[in-house]
Amino acid sequence: MEKYAIEGTPKTPTISFDIQGGVLEIKGRSIPENSIEFYKPLVDALDKYSTAAKPATTVNIQLEYFNTSSSKCILDVFKKLESIHKGGSAVTINWHYEEDDEDMLEAGEDYQAIINVPFKMVQVAE
Amino acid sequence: MIDAFNIYDNMDRNNILLSFKGDITSELLTSILQIMENKMDNMQEDSKTKKKVYNVLVECLQNLYHHMDDATDGNGDKNRSAIFMIAKTESSYNIITGNYILNENIHGLKARLDEVNALSKEQLKDYYKSVLNNGEMSLKGGGGLGMIDIARKTGEKLEYNFLEIDNKVSFFTLIIKVTQPQLI
Repeated sequence: MEKYAIEGTPKTPTISFDIQGGVLEIKGRSIPENSIEFYKPLVDALDKYSTAAKPATTVNIQLEYFNTSSSKCILDVFKKLESIHKGGSAVTINWHYEEDDEDMLEAGEDYQAIINVPFKMVQVAE
Repeated sequence: MIDAFNIYDNMDRNNILLSFKGDITSELLTSILQIMENKMDNMQEDSKTKKKVYNVLVECLQNLYHHMDDATDGNGDKNRSAIFMIAKTESSYNIITGNYILNENIHGLKARLDEVNALSKEQLKDYYKSVLNNGEMSLKGGGGLGMIDIARKTGEKLEYNFLEIDNKVSFFTLIIKVTQPQLI
């Protein structure tokens, strides 16, 4: 498996995980009623990736909305990335937020406080 | 005969933008969210207001969705029904939900609401992070973050009421006020 990709829906984000390049992107909305079901395949893919991780792993998160049900799953994804980081692949998480979206910036800062991986807060124009 | 004007007039006086009574399904939530997004676009709300209202709507609706089953034990399908309304005032959007709850569950819910209402903005932030990171996940995936998130994003107290219907169930009303950011 070289690439793991899921197309977005009105309630779930677009996910693209380029395993060869070590780049994971999550974009769009994450507001499913059942987030565990949605995120499990990604957590599994990260598990597999961790056994042969690239020297550097870049993660781009650009969410417009996410619900509290997703927030725990996103933390699980970040925890996997934390262990990949500890395992020797230099992980960077780029957390994108729209310039007037303080709630999204704060949400990124919450994760930054919990997860031991370098975060970059990236402001994007609307 | 059903008095439609009475219902219309009541909704009009309470500035109801949208209301729904019935079973809360996943498809319904998708539709309501879409309708509200369109409405706010048509009303030319600024993007800050749209985001706040949308976020809080998602949490309120999914709270209802996840707890619809809670009061059905032995009470038939009637109690799977809930009410949901959005009212617009000059300076805020008010989201009102109502659903049945078993009397035995009132104490726990009331304690959680009061706990959230007693916290300051900073305390809510810390509480959110600790619940986020406590490793517990409810079966429904909510993990107990919904109310904390609503209180944090709105900066308002959660207004609620329990109306006892009989010795088994009560009707739980929750009112969430989303004050429009540019008007604060």
